[in-house]
This record gives sequence, structure tokens and C-alpha cells, in this order.
Amino acid sequence: MSHVFFDHNSTTALRSEVLEVMLPFMVEQQGNATSRHSYGRTARAVVERAREQVADAVNAHPSQVVFTASGTEANNFAIHGIASNLCHGQILISAVEHPCISRPALAMQSRGWQALSIDVDLHCKLDMHHLHNLLAAPTNLVSVMLANNETGVIQDLAQIATLAHQHKAFVHTDAVQGLGKVEMNFADLNVNAMTVSSHKIGGPLGAGALVLDKRLDIQPLLHGGGQEKGLRSGTENVAAIAGFGLACELAVKNLAAFAAHTQQLRDLCEEGLSKLGAILFGQQVKRIPNTSFFAFNNIEGETLVTALDRKGFAVASGSACSSDNSEPSHVLLAMGIEPDVARGAIRVSFGLSNTIEQVQQFLTVLEQELARLRNLTAILA
Amino acid sequence: MDRDPIYLDYSATTPVDPRVAAIMIPYLTEHYGNPASRSHPFGWTAEKAVENAREEVAKLVGADAREIVWTSGATESNNLAIKGAANFYASTKGKHIITIATEHKAVIDAVRELERIGFTATYLQPESNGLVDLAKFKAAIQPDTVLASVMMVNNEIGVIQDIEAIGNICRENNVIFHVDAAQATGKVEINLEKLPVDLMSFCAHKTYGPKGIGALYVRRKPRIRIEAQMHGGGHERGMRSGSLATHQIVGMGEAFRIAREEMEFENARTRKLRDKLLHGLQSIEETYVNGDLEHRVPHNLNISFNYVEGESLIMAIKDIAVSSGSACTSASLEPSYVLRAIGRNDELAHSSIRFSIGRFTTDADVEYTIELLKSKVNKLRELSPLWDMFKDGIDISKVQWAAH
Amino acid sequence: MAYSDKVLDHYENPRNVGSLDKNDPNVGTGMVGAPACGDVMKLMIKVNDSGIIEDAKFKTYGCGSAIASSSLVTEWLKGRTIDEAYSIKNSEIAEELALPPVKIHCSVLAEDAIKAAVADIKAKQLAAKEAA
Repeated sequence: MSHVFFDHNSTTALRSEVLEVMLPFMVEQQGNATSRHSYGRTARAVVERAREQVADAVNAHPSQVVFTASGTEANNFAIHGIASNLCHGQILISAVEHPCISRPALAMQSRGWQALSIDVDLHCKLDMHHLHNLLAAPTNLVSVMLANNETGVIQDLAQIATLAHQHKAFVHTDAVQGLGKVEMNFADLNVNAMTVSSHKIGGPLGAGALVLDKRLDIQPLLHGGGQEKGLRSGTENVAAIAGFGLACELAVKNLAAFAAHTQQLRDLCEEGLSKLGAILFGQQVKRIPNTSFFAFNNIEGETLVTALDRKGFAVASGSACSSDNSEPSHVLLAMGIEPDVARGAIRVSFGLSNTIEQVQQFLTVLEQELARLRNLTAILA
Repeated sequence: MDRDPIYLDYSATTPVDPRVAAIMIPYLTEHYGNPASRSHPFGWTAEKAVENAREEVAKLVGADAREIVWTSGATESNNLAIKGAANFYASTKGKHIITIATEHKAVIDAVRELERIGFTATYLQPESNGLVDLAKFKAAIQPDTVLASVMMVNNEIGVIQDIEAIGNICRENNVIFHVDAAQATGKVEINLEKLPVDLMSFCAHKTYGPKGIGALYVRRKPRIRIEAQMHGGGHERGMRSGSLATHQIVGMGEAFRIAREEMEFENARTRKLRDKLLHGLQSIEETYVNGDLEHRVPHNLNISFNYVEGESLIMAIKDIAVSSGSACTSASLEPSYVLRAIGRNDELAHSSIRFSIGRFTTDADVEYTIELLKSKVNKLRELSPLWDMFKDGIDISKVQWAAH
Repeated sequence: MAYSDKVLDHYENPRNVGSLDKNDPNVGTGMVGAPACGDVMKLMIKVNDSGIIEDAKFKTYGCGSAIASSSLVTEWLKGRTIDEAYSIKNSEIAEELALPPVKIHCSVLAEDAIKAAVADIKAKQLAAKEAA
């Protein structure tokens, strides 16, 4: 049985072109990018080329890009690093952030900052009134993700940033799910810092970046050899950074094709899902094109994921990082969805490699599995 | 340049062993998947590979796999160990930290960061051979000392500290003991079942594995706790969050497996080459070996060429790839802080070269290097006014130099 | 560090390496820098009775740029008057060798060496006059 991968928001297959640029640095080339001999200078040149590629992808200057080992690290770096440089105040994050934003924000509480969450509405959009009210108290930092990993809903970042800046707060956005899926322009977003990650766009695991407004003072998370202008110490992972750079370039080049293709698949999928009686989340607002988040009444998400997996379809029941726990999606709860419904949530996220046939097969299998599971539940009841 | 320079900078980073690369590549192409994603087999294959690698890392150092936490490298391991343990135990043990002036920057700067938030620190000076005096170490312990951090092998001069003795002193005084072993794996036998060490940092890319992956050993018996420095999905039992690069982890596992199996043979081979290099270079007048030669890893030689300026020397020997000072700091023109800490003057510190030999170094490489150094040092000394003065019997340290 | 072709040329084939007789009344010596700073330059010039520099030699302990800077000035000095020599600016040296900003101090040192050598020959000449 062949496996169909519908979980591209969790991670994506490495592009073959990306593997090509990485291989020399994994197999032949040695060299620490800090070394001054020719091996080191070759490694350095590759890192700097990748920095340009990442910067170009988000319309920033290369000097604004700080490489990290992951999106998680970049998010931790942003929250910890921006707040640490300021007097104790508030850190505001949206109620639907990934744990690698919400947990570091909570960790800052033990150091004297206050972490509060900003409500979202039924469609996963940030409640601007609530943000406005929260900003009445001195606020250091507002962090709102560009696109939600579960619903795919896109926030009005520029508007959020303008409001936050009026209250003298810095703004960070976790744009990991936005890169390669929607146009991104760091300057237009008007934020002070932005997280991007490699393995969500056909690059390797092991590289991410924080794009910084250079007026921002930020404390490093990792101290040591002084790499990345002292903002992120540690020997550069040359192969992964090279791969990340090319993946950025390709993602932007293929953006229109990706959007058109995955949206076609998503629309087809959601049409079928509606017929099967699915509750679709975030459908009425602007979303990234490849993501569909839905639930069926009285069907457990985990159970359905496992059933679909046995039939050869890899889908997610929520964010991959929190798949360990069986709590209902915190995103849906924040949107005001009943826990019973939220427990049934399934996410499909498409990539360029997926086909119409796969979606059609998926809908057929889904229908069968739903019938089987409902039958089972009926027997148990 | 007709050919690639001879690589003698294995302490900065090693090439990836072809066997390691061969094992990694399938995980980049076929077995993709987020190891924390448990719901589908793409994730399962990755998880199994990650756990196998954890076993291999544990085996090399005599630890239990459950004591190994993955990180992005030794810098992160050091930051996590030092900040994580210091913060966790500050309220019960105190806020004083002991470390050594010759530690890697990742340790020194992590301790400095703790000083910034209210800890105090002692930076012990090593003896002139680079080793820590045990009595001085003991004397540095205060009632509120929470943590000591001492590297097993120095990255510049390759000296091996007496970790067992230092660890015993820490145990007697109820001090948490962290060891940066980034330069030690595959070079020195490590048995954490016996060694009195609580936390130990590792990385792959100094032991023929890939860059971007490391590990932290966190002792279970007696249990050591650390405060996470990176928060998120709660990977690595909450000690370190962030999606793991499966191919890099698998690479580290294989690299450490090879190290365990081939270490004895390999160390004998590199020691022979190193000794040959040592004897060859010592035939040049006015050379000084930096750091103890006995308590030293077998592949390292750090030597200063008096009356020759370091940068011009590096320029003269560009047919070989070596370091002058640590790779992490050689972008700056400051003389090595390690050599200054062991009492070398600025001139000798400036003119030091670290040769580090490895798995792919040949006899011919070493012979070429000896001849190259002989001829270039000679050429530069002919250019050097200081060499003239030395030959005229003038004591350069007594000369009054114009301020510059 | 990327060195310019001119620096590499002077470094690999330094001109006028050596010393002149420091006791010769027509030889001026300038030694500047300090070993601890990483550069010491010794520049010697031989001046004829018309005040023209006939010969120049150097020895330098320092980086490639320091060696190249001193090598270059020995070429420039020959045939110039000591007053012309005195007016050589470090910026001219830096420009000729395309020195990067972190290496500008090497050209400064070379200028200082010229000035020290010129000062030495002037002092010698003054002393000779007074003695006469």
C-alpha cells in the first residue's frame, strides 16, 4: 500500500534540487564557516549566499537575517530576546499560537513579565478590540502568528502591528506557515521580528531564521563563539543553511503554482467534506491555500487519523508537536468551538506533490471509514 | 591553487565520514517525517532511527540512552547545561559558579550571561601546562557554589583535565558538575557510569558527524534537573523543544558508533602522525609547544614559532588548512585567550598554530607540512627585525617599544 | 581575509629586504610598532649629500599587509628627497595596496616608519653639523 502524505504543514519532503546543494557539504566539503582557511571561506560564502536567498524571499536585507537551528529556536529567541532587553511589562500573544510561542511567553512570567493571550473570534481571526484593551497596560511585545498551523487562517498583521506600535510595543510574527504559501514582505508587515523555517518549504530540518528590524535590540538565546554577529552562537550548520536558502528561493519562485494547485485540491476536498457533513473551520476568512481543518460530529479525531493511516493517508489531528497529548486542539477551543467537536478535528495540508486523484481516493476512503466508525460507535452505544 | 590545501583542522570540524553520510542521506530523501508526529508511519520510522542513535551516543560514553537529550550542537548543550542547572538549583544551592579561564566561549559566555542576571563567578586560571590545579579548584568552592563547568579536552591546546578528580571534589561539596566534552569523544575514553559528572555536552561535527546536532547528558542517578532554555512542543521530555533533524541525529549516532569501534586503532594512528609532526617542527629553532604533552589528546599539536607573526605565517602556509587559535574566535585578530591564560606572551600567542590531525591525514601530509613550515618560518625570520635582534643577543622583552 | 593581488605580490616577493650600516652617518633608521601589537617595522634609508634617498631597506615582523606596506615604501622612497619622503601619506599606501579597513593601521605604521627614519637622519645631520 502506498502512502499519501497530506500533512505538509507538519513537514515537507526535501526538494531534490535542495538535496543537490546540500550534498557537497555533507559528503565532501569540510570546513567550519568561522575558519579563515579556504575550506572555512567556502563554507562562509555558502552561508552568506543562503542569507541573501532567505532575505530575498521575505523582501528583507541579508543583514537582517539571523540563522537558527529551527523555527522553535527562532521563536524562543524572539520572545526571550526582545523582552529581556526591556523593563518588565506585558507580553501579548494570540490565543492560537504554537506552543513554541506560548511556552516561552509563559516561561518569561517566572522572570517578572506578564504573559497574556489575545482572544480570537469564531473564525480564528484576532479580536482587535481585545488587543486594543490589553494594550492599555505597558506592553513590551506582541506576538501573533501570520498563518495558523491548524486552521491556516491568516491574520491582518500590518493592522495588528500598527496598533501595537501606537502603544510602543514591539511586534513579532511566527510566519513559519506563511512562507512559500502566501506573498511575504517583511517591510510591509511592519513587524520588528519574524520567524521562518526551512523544513516546511521543502528544505531540510535543522535550519530556521529570525528576520529582524535592525533598530531592535535583542538578547541572544545561545551565547558563545559569537557567530551571527553575536546574536546566535554555535557552528553554522552549513549544509542545512545552504538547503534552506535554496528552498526559500524555490518556494518564492513556485508560490503562484503552489497556491493554484493546492487551492484546487483543497476546494475539491472541502466540497467532498461538506457533502459528508464535515464542520469546516476558518473557511469564511482568508487562509493559506493548502490547509483544511475540519471535524465530524461524534467522531474522535485520533481514531479517524489512525483509521485513515491504515488506509494509507497521512493526515494530522492537530499540530504535530502536540500530537503526544489527546487534549482537544487549543486553537479550536480558543475559537469557541465545543470541546466535543474540537476533539474530532482533522487537518489535511496539501503540497505540490499531491494530486486530484489522491484527493478523490481520500474522500472515498473517508466516507467508508466514517461509516465503519459510526457503525462501531452505534454498536458500542 | 593547484590542489586543495591539506586539511589539518580536525578540531575546528571534521569531514563527515562517508559511512555516516551514507546512512544520513536516506533520511533526507525517503524517511521524511517529524519524529514527534506519532500519527503516521512517516513519523514512526523517524522515531525509531532517533532512538537507535540515542543508544549509540549513550554507548560511546557509558550512559543510559534515557540520559541523552538532543540539541543543535555543543554551544546549545553548554548553554542548556549551565543556565539550566544554575537557574534550577540557584534557590537551593546558591548563585556562585566556578569555571576555567580556558573554557570554550560557549561556556564562558553562558556564565557571563548568568553574571548579568545576578550570579557570581570564579574563572580559575590553569597552570602553565593548561591543567587545573586541584587544590586551587577546591579552594575556589564557596558555600553558595551551585555549579562547576570544566572542559574535558581543550579545543586549542588539547590538554585533558582530570575530570574524575575534579568531579569527586564537586561531589564532596555538593556542587553540580558540568563537563564540555565536545573535543573529547572518540579521543578519550569516557565512562559516565563511573565518572562523577552530572552534565556533559557533546557534538557530532568534531567526531566525523554532521554539523547542527549535539547532545547533553543529564544524569538520572542521582537525578539532575535542568530548567529548559527552549520551550515549545515539549520534545526531549520537556528539556529541549524543537523539531529534530532526523538525518542529523542518525548521522551523530553512526559517527559515535564508529568512534566507539575504531577509537583505539585511530588514536594510535593519529598519535604516530602527531609525534612525527612534533619532532619535525621541534627541529626548528625557537619553537614552543603550548600545553601539556602528556595529558593531551593524540591528534593535537599547538606550537608557537617565536619571532614570526601569526597572520603572516598563516598566509605563508596556505597550502595547509590550520587554525591560529580557536576556530570560533579566529575571525578576530585578538591573540588566543587560552594561550594568554597559560602565560604565553602576546607574541608567542600570535604566532601559534594549532595542527589537528584526523582520520584522513596521511604520512605524506605530515611530511609535506614539516617541510613547508621549515621553509616558510625561515623565510619570515629573514624578514623579521626581531629575529635579527634575537640573533644579536638582544632581549626583546627589555626593549622599550614606541607606543603604537 | 582576502588580500589584494598587490599585497600578495609584495608579500611573496618582498623588495629591498635587508639592512644598511646603521653607523653610517648617511643612514637613517626608523623602527616602529611593538611585538605585542603584532607588528614591528624597521626601515633604513641611505641619503646622499643632495638629500636624495639612494637606497632603502626594510625588515618587518607583521602580517602580510604590514610586509607589503613596508616593501612598497622602500620602492617609493628611492630617488625621492627626504622632504618628499616625509610627505608620503598612509592613505596613498593604503590605496595603492587596496588595504581593507582592518589593515589600514599597517599603512599608518609604514608612514610612521618613514617619518622615524627621516627624523633619525635629520638628527644625525644636525649632530654632525654641531660637531663640525
